[in-house]
Amino acid sequence: MKDFIDESYDMIVVGAGPAGSAAAMTAAKAGLNVLMVEKRAEIGCPKRCGEGISENGFERMGIKKNEKWLNRKITGTNIYAPNGKSVKVLFDPTTSDNYTGWIIERKMFDKMLADMAAKSGAKILTKTEVVSLLRENEKISGVRLEFNGRQWDVRAKIVIAADGIESRIAREAGLETTSKLSEFISAVQFEMSNIDIDPDSIELYFGNEIAPGGYVWIFPKSEHRANVGIGIRKTMTSKSAIKYLNEFINSRPGLKKGSILEVNAGGVPVGGFLDSMVCDNFIVAGDAAHQVNPIHGGGIVESFLAGRMAAETAAEAIKKGDMSKEALSVYDDRWWKERGKRLKKIQKLREVVEKLSDDDLNFLAEELEGSDIVGFARAEGFGKLAKILMKRPKLILLARKLL
Amino acid sequence: MIRVDRKVCLRCGGCVAVCPHSALRLTEHGIICDEEKCKDCGICIEFCPVKALESRGDKE
Repeated sequence: MKDFIDESYDMIVVGAGPAGSAAAMTAAKAGLNVLMVEKRAEIGCPKRCGEGISENGFERMGIKKNEKWLNRKITGTNIYAPNGKSVKVLFDPTTSDNYTGWIIERKMFDKMLADMAAKSGAKILTKTEVVSLLRENEKISGVRLEFNGRQWDVRAKIVIAADGIESRIAREAGLETTSKLSEFISAVQFEMSNIDIDPDSIELYFGNEIAPGGYVWIFPKSEHRANVGIGIRKTMTSKSAIKYLNEFINSRPGLKKGSILEVNAGGVPVGGFLDSMVCDNFIVAGDAAHQVNPIHGGGIVESFLAGRMAAETAAEAIKKGDMSKEALSVYDDRWWKERGKRLKKIQKLREVVEKLSDDDLNFLAEELEGSDIVGFARAEGFGKLAKILMKRPKLILLARKLL
Repeated sequence: MIRVDRKVCLRCGGCVAVCPHSALRLTEHGIICDEEKCKDCGICIEFCPVKALESRGDKE
């Protein structure tokens, strides 16, 4: 393997998820000599993801949709209150396709992104782990790699850590990426087959008995197959996520009769954004930098955009010959301006939603029962929605964040 | 010190993310706990989505 790659690169990317591949393809297209390493044997596997993505997300990433990794088109969301009553959020196909969502196949999608990076000229190795960072005069100068039990050193002008929630490389670099328990959602998911679902809609189930501090999701991948998962806040319960999920499935005959094709688990960062995501010769991006939308926990698009920003900053820095923390902080400023500010607001919204009691949720669902929130607000005006929310103190808080 | 039940662990890395002492590491062979760094605070045990971790209790 050592013979297969160079002794030094302009940039080494650690982790081949969406953030890593976006960084690698962007840098390679900018003319940098790039190496991307992935510790797992296969890119995109196992997934730690519900696999949902909006139509708009593809546009922002500049990725052309391909039926090879598109599972199912989604036209709306059904939100269930603890009492079983539901509210619809219909995406409106008559106005723009931007409202459509998709459930993708991460195994193939991630590999496609890595393939794009490779075609752009990046070198990629899997089952290759970064053992440690190399330093010269205390500055990061590369990585020590291990493949098949053999270790060797590769130098780089800049290292980009896109190594997922564990964020081990960023911590070794000296960045404080450790999260409080309260900033992480504990999640587990089954890909289930032969279940009864609404194949065109995402379903979300709220309630403090069902999923404290989070919700259960059903993301359809075909007419009878879906990702059925749960995310909970561990500061709100001592019971494990998988126990809640099992209870949910057992209480629903349409799910209980099904089969489990895959089990996934993970931590989802909600908030805990970092003021600084760089140090000399080093940038962190994606889940490792907690760049996730805190309301739905989606991170594919956020990771991709951040990885691209990181690589653009790195390419500019290398061109100017200044890879200092100061020079790389362009990435911090840009991310906070383009993404961070908005995500921080969304985090506040999540905090309000999390504080709603089962009573509040039931009340909301009863008032709006069966109706489509977007359509309701459009037809009746936001004022009418506001009036409903004003009836309860905690919903006033929600109204303030929403309207 | 943490004991990992390898039959239960899904290698998701959640425990690594929440460990305040950077004592855990996700490798090809699963989660490894650094005895020197582990303070037995139990946050990883609390977080684990599938209850794969328990304390060996040797620091209590």
